[in-house]
Amino acid sequence: MSEVVLAQQLPPKRKKAKVELAQIVGFLILLLVTVAMIMPLLFMLSTSLKSTKEMLVFPPSMIPADFAWGNFKELFVNEEIKFGQQYMNSLIVAIMTVIGTVFSSSFVAFGFARYRARGSQFLFVLVLSTLMLPYPAIMIPQFLLFTKLGLHDSLLPLILPSFFASAYMIFLLKQFFSTLPNELYDAGRIDGCREIRLYWSLTLPLSGPVISTVAIFSFIWSWNDLLAPVLYLDSQENFTLPIGMAAMLSSKFRIAPWNLMMAASLLSVLPIVVLFAIAQRRFVQGIVLTGIK
Amino acid sequence: MKSTKESRREGRLFYFFVSPWLIGFIVFALLPVLASLYYSFTEYDIIHAPEFIGFGNYSELFHDDQFWNSIKVTLKYTFISVPLTLALSLIFAILINQKIPFRGFFRTAMYFPSMISGVSMALLWFWVFNPQAGLFNYGLSLFGIDPIHWFLDEKYAMWALIIMSFWGLGGGMLIFLAGLQGVPAHLLEAAKLDGAGRLRSFWNVTLPLLSPVFLFQLIIGLIESFQVFTQAYTITQGGPNYSTWFYVYNIYINAFKNFRYGYASAMSWILLIAITAITFVIMKMSNRYVYYEGGSER
Repeated sequence: MSEVVLAQQLPPKRKKAKVELAQIVGFLILLLVTVAMIMPLLFMLSTSLKSTKEMLVFPPSMIPADFAWGNFKELFVNEEIKFGQQYMNSLIVAIMTVIGTVFSSSFVAFGFARYRARGSQFLFVLVLSTLMLPYPAIMIPQFLLFTKLGLHDSLLPLILPSFFASAYMIFLLKQFFSTLPNELYDAGRIDGCREIRLYWSLTLPLSGPVISTVAIFSFIWSWNDLLAPVLYLDSQENFTLPIGMAAMLSSKFRIAPWNLMMAASLLSVLPIVVLFAIAQRRFVQGIVLTGIK
Repeated sequence: MKSTKESRREGRLFYFFVSPWLIGFIVFALLPVLASLYYSFTEYDIIHAPEFIGFGNYSELFHDDQFWNSIKVTLKYTFISVPLTLALSLIFAILINQKIPFRGFFRTAMYFPSMISGVSMALLWFWVFNPQAGLFNYGLSLFGIDPIHWFLDEKYAMWALIIMSFWGLGGGMLIFLAGLQGVPAHLLEAAKLDGAGRLRSFWNVTLPLLSPVFLFQLIIGLIESFQVFTQAYTITQGGPNYSTWFYVYNIYINAFKNFRYGYASAMSWILLIAITAITFVIMKMSNRYVYYEGGSER
């Protein structure tokens, strides 16, 4: 499906260059909507570069009178915000989550794709049914469990569960692994490969694209997550970025530091934009695959 | 035929590979679900041992205005935001699917904002809706509309959140776009030969083929909007006057601010049942309307 989306920019084959009214109207609507959707982004960018005085001027200027690059520096040097520390925390959690999710989910998906056993069908249905399981329904006992283990106010409760595979990713990976031909595995076995090597040295190297999709999406989910960090993290130096940014609103600043918050938002979006820039194909594919299947 | 020995070996291998998930499922899903069912019948503040009170929490919920209000708030948001987001993302997908210039640009520009989610998005829109210096009121002022105190006015706070939710429709749009491009050209040709106009072939060919995509997005959309938390936590704290006191925010406050873990667990379980039931009902009903390619019946 995604290939179809990506192929769409081929020049349209038309016999006559007749432009229809419907197309003009459609074009204008899209133009209007796109502008409306991009405006908030520009507003964010421009506010992040405004001085505290200028940010509250009405009507808002699109291009700041003086570029207050100091806002970005302020984020890192201001002791009350601890932005740098929180950025690191978010990176640690997201990267560890990606590592945990990729290895555990592909390991499990390999099992589901390659072997039949008593109860294997049932277990796969169970995997699918946990796709629906809302986090709020299990968060209280999970919180009590991790608190009893003494892991309150640490990053571990955010990372550990990812090492036990994610239902979404198992599903995605299993779909792909099932398309790999049996002959490949037979050949591997004849060459004396043990099963674990069939996973590690045969399946994983063949699965680059789907694994990068899994990695990208688990990174984004972890990076944006707010509810779980809010439950576990108490002290400001342990906050992940989302809580840290939300806390800036209610912090000791006399005026809400919108310019700083927009600068923070911008920096927090940066890794995702970079991922998008280098892996746009995977993005589109991930959305379409997880969406349609 | 496989020998028993071989299939026993295969079984061992299966459970070996699946074990990380199985352990995780038991520890992080099954036991928590059961534990929260148990806690829902107790009074529990983490300091004292859980005290069994039967259906006490549930009957208290029944008389709890805040609980009913949170349901009302969540449903209002859901019933407005989900259908509109679905409809708009379908419409934009159709527009982009036409033969118009700059399609690639439109596609990216529409999708891009949906990558900015969570707290970044909430803060950005909090600022866009700022009554004094925000972009939105500036836009309105061009049409001579007086500044609206979006998140300070209980009449408008919910609407501001709903408008915000449209900003993320790019993801859904991409999914519809892929669906539209998966509609086989020969079917549309055939409809055209049969004399069907553009609207008619859309209604009778394209839409039925898109219905599984539609269904999937509907279910995901409902489940997500039942669990709105970030906006309430970051922007409104449930206010003004509880007009954005979402269901999951209510659970959060009861458990982690009021330390009523048992009471909050009862609400968690009601959420779980509601989501399961709605998914089930939609799937059942959809059997009549959704067309699956290669499906045997209907």
